Amino acid sequence: MSIPKTMFEKVWDEHVVVPETDDTPAVLFIDLHLTHEVTTPQAYTELRKRGLKLRRPDLTLATMDHSTPTRTEQVFGGVPIAVDSAAKQVKQLEENAREFGVELFNLQDSRRGIVHIIGPELGLTQPGKTIVCGDSHTSTHGAFGALAFGIGTTEVGHVLATQCLLQRRPKTFAINVTGKLPSGVTAKDLILAIIGRIGVSGGTGYVLEFRGECIAGLSMDERMTICNMSIEAGARAGMIAPDATTFTHLEQAPRAPKGDAWLAALERWKKLPTDAGARFDRSIDIDASTLVPMVTYGTNPGMVAPITGSVPAQGDAVFQKALAYMGLTAGEPIRNVPVNNVFLGSCTNGRLSDLRNAARVLRGHKLAQGVKMLVVPGSQNVKRAAEAEGLDRVFLDAGAEWRESGCSMCLGMNGDLVPAGQYSISTSNRNFEGRQGVGARTLLASPETAAASAIRGRVTDPREFSSN
Amino acid sequence: MSIVNIRSRTVVLPTSNIDTDQIIPARFLTSTTRAGFGKNLFADWRYDSAGNPKPDFALNKPEANGASILVAGRNIGCGSSREHAAWALQDFGIAAVISTEFADIFRTNCLKNGLVPVLVDEKTHAWLLAHPQAEVTIDVEQSTLSLPDGTTVKFPLEGFARYCLLNGVDELGYLLSKDEAISSYEERAAYQQTHR
Repeated sequence: MSIPKTMFEKVWDEHVVVPETDDTPAVLFIDLHLTHEVTTPQAYTELRKRGLKLRRPDLTLATMDHSTPTRTEQVFGGVPIAVDSAAKQVKQLEENAREFGVELFNLQDSRRGIVHIIGPELGLTQPGKTIVCGDSHTSTHGAFGALAFGIGTTEVGHVLATQCLLQRRPKTFAINVTGKLPSGVTAKDLILAIIGRIGVSGGTGYVLEFRGECIAGLSMDERMTICNMSIEAGARAGMIAPDATTFTHLEQAPRAPKGDAWLAALERWKKLPTDAGARFDRSIDIDASTLVPMVTYGTNPGMVAPITGSVPAQGDAVFQKALAYMGLTAGEPIRNVPVNNVFLGSCTNGRLSDLRNAARVLRGHKLAQGVKMLVVPGSQNVKRAAEAEGLDRVFLDAGAEWRESGCSMCLGMNGDLVPAGQYSISTSNRNFEGRQGVGARTLLASPETAAASAIRGRVTDPREFSSN
Repeated sequence: MSIVNIRSRTVVLPTSNIDTDQIIPARFLTSTTRAGFGKNLFADWRYDSAGNPKPDFALNKPEANGASILVAGRNIGCGSSREHAAWALQDFGIAAVISTEFADIFRTNCLKNGLVPVLVDEKTHAWLLAHPQAEVTIDVEQSTLSLPDGTTVKFPLEGFARYCLLNGVDELGYLLSKDEAISSYEERAAYQQTHR
């Protein structure tokens, strides 16, 4: 009988090219390298300087998402990209992809989208793979039982040149989620509650494994929302065991293995879940059935409150600074905080089910007076699928804008910005100061809460609209 | 470039959870080179809306001029993986960052650029926060931080990272030297790799 292993340990062990020693980190093989325009230019420059080639173009994919425009006329209409430096990055990625032989989904490609949305759509995100990208939300792919994490640009260069990384083995942290999410409470609320509990550095040095009956009952989209925000707890990665839900998703994906290769892959994937008796370095239990919708009130994702609750009554200097930035008062109820802007999208909540869930709340309603809402599908594929079922009409009829895919207002690199001093309820992942624009005040929430708040123009519990 | 000792006055930013969006806001990430990020380091904390330096921000104070060691609140560098944060600090003239906690990706990015992350205990940290402009010395070989009163504290620095800092070793060169092992892994594990 071999020693029971966690899923993380199985994936790690499979990918060790050179084992770690006291003096040297492990050389770890990377199965999939996702790349985009913002964190790669300097890496290609380094390769060029050293006369190096791309080791595995077949394991590398490039897309454009972070700085790209979402206005249709700038994507498809021949109108120049408004942000000059972004236009330059897009051009540079095209040149680099051509020179180094990387498959690129360029601005007009029908398969383009946010890097963490398209990997799973294509079926390139698979159980047991090691996946990296120069983006912290690479943790999203862990929803499939992959070991997926964000890296800096120097490491992007390492993977381009060698398909490997130097890594010390992280520790393991089990998040056991029992019970079922009550009606109107979403995966976004669950991960916000987890971050609120363990804190924004509670996961530092760990790979999280989300486990338990609640997690097993979630869809792939919901699992991705959870793993996506593992990084907001500081975790190296987040993982969820692959199961029938995972396999059903992959079976329909264009680049998943087919035929005999599919059967062989299934055999491997079924062996990945954590063995009974395997030991985690740390674990906590969360009861999902007690949760309510969650909304952040501060300037990091750990500063979060139940929608039925209030901003905490007191806190340290950082808390005071955050409240001053947010224009909120200690002890004030989170419900009824004014909302001027609504952002529905991002790698956290920009998938088809997210748009459906928001549309279900919004259908037949108008945005409150003065509220602006931007709906940005996570990929062109999501956009087409949403249009095919008329979701775009629901948003447009309500008075929202319907855009082309990209990271957009999650980080405001492309000019999609929240004006200073205004409140934005956002389905994205970070409420840091200035994240959505200088002086912008971000309230993170689920698509349902964002939609309900759009109708009332203030933070609103989506369960008030549950009859829809 | 090899890094052995850093002796400098400190500049203190006591805020905890300083995320990389604060260190270098996303709108400045559109450069395609590594150079020049220092002018936008902490841009939204450092400049007012007209672009003038805010006199009360620590890095703008005259006494911060020339200080190359940043003492930051707990959990510095959380959030985005942008290496531009390390580049911006370095371009500004920061050679080492001291805190009680570092976000994983930020710590890696620092080390890859020869920016020394110095993890200290709460007591040392509290002293440093209370004494801005303290003249301290970081000895990379011994992995120690020496305070003005002669107190010396050890900080954790993984052996390989220390070796690379001290000898200016380039990690990509090291990885490239493993070419044979990588090739043999690729043959052995070909089944698990997806091709387009």
